[in-house]
Amino acid sequence: MIKPFAITLKPGTSLSNLTGTWRTERPVYLDRLPPCNNACPAGENIQGWLYHAESGDYEQAWRMLVEENPFPAVMGRVCYHPCEDQCNRGKLDSPVGINSVERFLGDEAIRRGWKFSEPPDSSGKKVLIVGAGPSGLSAAYHLARMGHGVEIQEAGPMAGGMMRFGIPKYRLPRDVLDAEVKRILDLGVRLRLNSRVENISASMQGFDAAFLAVGAHIAKRAFIPAGDAAHVVDAVSLLHSMEGEERPMLGRRVVVYGGGNTAIDVARTARRLGATDAIIVYRRTREKMPAHDFEVEEALQEGVMIKWLSAIRQADEGQLTVEKMVLDDKGMPQPTGEFEKMEADTLVLALGQDVDLTLLEGVPNLEIRNGTVQVSGNMMTGFPGLFAGGDMVMSERSVTVAAGHGKKAARHIDAYLRGAAYEPHSKHELADFGKLNTWYYSDADKTVRPMLDIIRRQTSFDEVQGGLNESNALFEARRCMSCGNCFECDNCYGVCPDNAVIKLGPGKRFKFNYDYCKGCGLCAAECPCGAIKMVPEEI
Amino acid sequence: MGFQPIKFYQTGTYTVGNRLLSPDQRSVQAAESRSNSINSGHRACQGCGEALGARYAIDAAMAESHNRLIAVNATGCLEVFSTPYPESSWQVPWIHSVFGNAPAVATGIAAAMKVKGKTDVRVVAQGGDGGTTDIGFGCLSGMFERNDDVLYICYDNQAYMNTGVQRSSATPPAARTATTMPVGPEPGNPFGQGKNLPEIAMAHGIPYVATATVADLRDLEYKVRRAMRMRGARYIHLFVPCPLGWGTASHDTIRIARLAKESGLFPVFEAEHGEVRSVLKIRRKVRVEEYLMPQKRFAHLFGSHPHPEMVIRIQEIADRNIRKYGLLDEEEAA
Ligand SMILES: Cc1cc2nc3c(=O)[nH]c(=O)nc-3n(C[C@H](O)[C@H](O)[C@H](O)COP(=O)(O)OP(=O)(O)OC[C@H]3O[C@@H](n4cnc5c(N)ncnc54)[C@H](O)[C@@H]3O)c2cc1C
Ligand SMILES: Cc1ncc(C[n+]2csc(CCOP(=O)(O)OP(=O)(O)O)c2C)c(N)n1
Ligand code: SF4
Ligand code: SF4
Ligand code: SF4
Ligand SMILES: [Mg+2]
Repeated sequence: MIKPFAITLKPGTSLSNLTGTWRTERPVYLDRLPPCNNACPAGENIQGWLYHAESGDYEQAWRMLVEENPFPAVMGRVCYHPCEDQCNRGKLDSPVGINSVERFLGDEAIRRGWKFSEPPDSSGKKVLIVGAGPSGLSAAYHLARMGHGVEIQEAGPMAGGMMRFGIPKYRLPRDVLDAEVKRILDLGVRLRLNSRVENISASMQGFDAAFLAVGAHIAKRAFIPAGDAAHVVDAVSLLHSMEGEERPMLGRRVVVYGGGNTAIDVARTARRLGATDAIIVYRRTREKMPAHDFEVEEALQEGVMIKWLSAIRQADEGQLTVEKMVLDDKGMPQPTGEFEKMEADTLVLALGQDVDLTLLEGVPNLEIRNGTVQVSGNMMTGFPGLFAGGDMVMSERSVTVAAGHGKKAARHIDAYLRGAAYEPHSKHELADFGKLNTWYYSDADKTVRPMLDIIRRQTSFDEVQGGLNESNALFEARRCMSCGNCFECDNCYGVCPDNAVIKLGPGKRFKFNYDYCKGCGLCAAECPCGAIKMVPEEI
Repeated sequence: MGFQPIKFYQTGTYTVGNRLLSPDQRSVQAAESRSNSINSGHRACQGCGEALGARYAIDAAMAESHNRLIAVNATGCLEVFSTPYPESSWQVPWIHSVFGNAPAVATGIAAAMKVKGKTDVRVVAQGGDGGTTDIGFGCLSGMFERNDDVLYICYDNQAYMNTGVQRSSATPPAARTATTMPVGPEPGNPFGQGKNLPEIAMAHGIPYVATATVADLRDLEYKVRRAMRMRGARYIHLFVPCPLGWGTASHDTIRIARLAKESGLFPVFEAEHGEVRSVLKIRRKVRVEEYLMPQKRFAHLFGSHPHPEMVIRIQEIADRNIRKYGLLDEEEAA
């Protein structure tokens, strides 16, 4: 058949035109490191577990969380949440309430009786852990989950360390702590209470490795001349005695000397024990105070008073002598020679703690600096097979840091036991705020946690801060912007003018079709969370 | 009531998809089964707003008509880049009219379907702003006036792009085009000229008129689906940035459309029988500079010989739109 002019060709599809050849840059999917994850001292995959919480799958969220940290209910109460300080959402309205969702998950796990998955078959190796504080317990948990035999030797009558004998009940109810400790022990971890290790070299015999986490329990002293009848106690012993049968007698006017979180906890405890006046005396100013702002705020609400720029010079029966201080250019307090008297039934010294290192005597090649044990990047001391972490090594002192050390040590101990070296994943590049396209996130302010009424805060040890309920925990989780990690919003799939994005189905993310992608960069520009990057083509 | 955005669930309806929404709340574009009416391999520029807008709109029309759709296309970029003989990107029954008569061709097809009793087959006509506001205007006005059963979609990229960026009656004041060069005391396209086609369409009293941009997919899909549920003459004016003609980065197409809406320069609304029924409010108001500065076609307003007085006049246009259509929520407007 003779075809008419200009229609001699068979119709075809434009798919034969591979427009991918136009491209000078190609989009690639990547995972960037969310700033929250980067800031978590326990290395939690916060964005990851929030992703599951967002869809209401709390168990999956909890399981992902405990991959890194076995204490969500504790963390959700006492962690200072540096993650929230770094949260990108803080630059938009206010940070995601990571800590409150964490607590919700932890409480939910306790309420529903979720258990850790069964550990694998035994490796036949045995590890000794000294101290059942957060660091020791965390190490025990991770080692048990790797199949190693774990024995914890603990000097005290109960597990928990400073979580039990430091942090007051009104911040961390003991049934919550007990539940999370028990879940770890249920993995088959052996806990020997009332078993102080006097000499690690001797105690280590029969173990393949040891992890030391004895904390810092020796109260620091300042030289304050005190009359015989003066009532002076140290903060750690005082808080420790709160766990006993008898409540300590402090009197009506209690003065606490120091400016850290411990000083705050003591003053708030004194209020609850019936002190009409609980006064913190601190040598510097509020800005210089190491205690966290929110704790200072809560203490002030409860009627705790703070005397700034003051040093205690002398303690006598019922009375203290205090000198006024001024700050020099370096922000250090200097005496003024001006004195005044203060009434006080009890003076509590909250000046920090030192590490008791006596159990290390005779161990070769150890390095002690500033009263702490030096460890290298793998948490091992100079003595092979002896690892250490938590408050007894040089670092910030918090429950979260301690738990993080426990995890890190466990990974290196596991490698050590196999005669290998543990290679951590290389960190992804940071998903900072500039990588986001925040247009796409709904406007939503942070959910505020309920607080106990003020009268009960001054008279009882009931927990001060409440938790979120299901609906507001879900709301809070959904405020997360999933920084740097695809959350399957379909934007890239939608905005490509060239249909060059292939949707792989729920949970499977996406793929580029480089046969047709022209490299316009729209997908990368409109990805809300910065999970696409344009890279130059090699031409 | 207009499009009701879902404001929460992480991104609500701001993103194309959202795994947290129930399936009936999701967009056409999020579905793996979307018709991809205009498929890969077309020859549109990188980041073309018109190619994107056409797929958004026609996929939605396909979904609403259960794939019983015929599309008519006036001459212009969309037709040329999608269908270089003998290939085509279209995966829907599609016919190319000439530059000025797409509305008339569509009217004819609609009439033919009616005669054949195929009233389930729906007709969409589409053209660029030149084809719509200039050469096709007579045919379009007739189609409106007769209330023919056609949805007409104008892809407004504010100039004759296919022939090399000449001015159309939809080109905005001050814009540089090949025929409105940035010379003289008031460089670029003159103020006070041109046509506002959505308002002219409304003046015909037709059942439905709406404006939309490629930056608000959910609003656009809502409008196309709503228009498809009606009979008679319907008109949608879709704002589609053109990286080549406007001198913008190819990755900025959606951002520019968003800024046009957020500045108030392009009011997004819908109207029935000549009356405005709803507007899409401004969410994060910006000044017109933010919209103008990334575009080389407005470069002569800034730089070493700036024209701040012209920028002020453009801001006045935006402010007037905001007042006229009530684009800001009460408290923000105060
Ligand atoms: C009052 C107070 C409040 C605090 N509040 C917070 C807070 O809100 N948030 C926060 O993150 N951090 C807080 N901290 C800090 C936090 O409690 C510690 O950083 C953390 O508990 C350190 O953990 P660890 O495992 O290293 O040591 P510890 O918790 O001190 O545990 C060490 C354990 O080792 C045992 N032990 C010691 N010597 C031996 C031995 N020779 N043999 C056997 N066992 C031994 C001890 O009995 C103890 O159980 C607070 C600290 C105090 C004092
Ligand atoms: C009658 C007629 N005159 C002129 C042309 C040349 N022509 C083809 S496309 C076009 C411009 C189209 O502009 P517009 O309708 O805005 O669509 P765009 O290409 O910008 O999408 C012109 C002038 C033609 N095809 N027919
Ligand atoms: S928005 Fe989410 S992912 Fe981003 S920093 Fe905050 S909690 Fe992490
Ligand atoms: S939007 Fe499409 S064409 Fe543009 S870079 Fe992404 S995949 Fe390629
Ligand atoms: S645009 Fe959305 S779907 Fe695409 S990579 Fe980014 S988060 Fe994932
Ligand atoms: Mg045009």
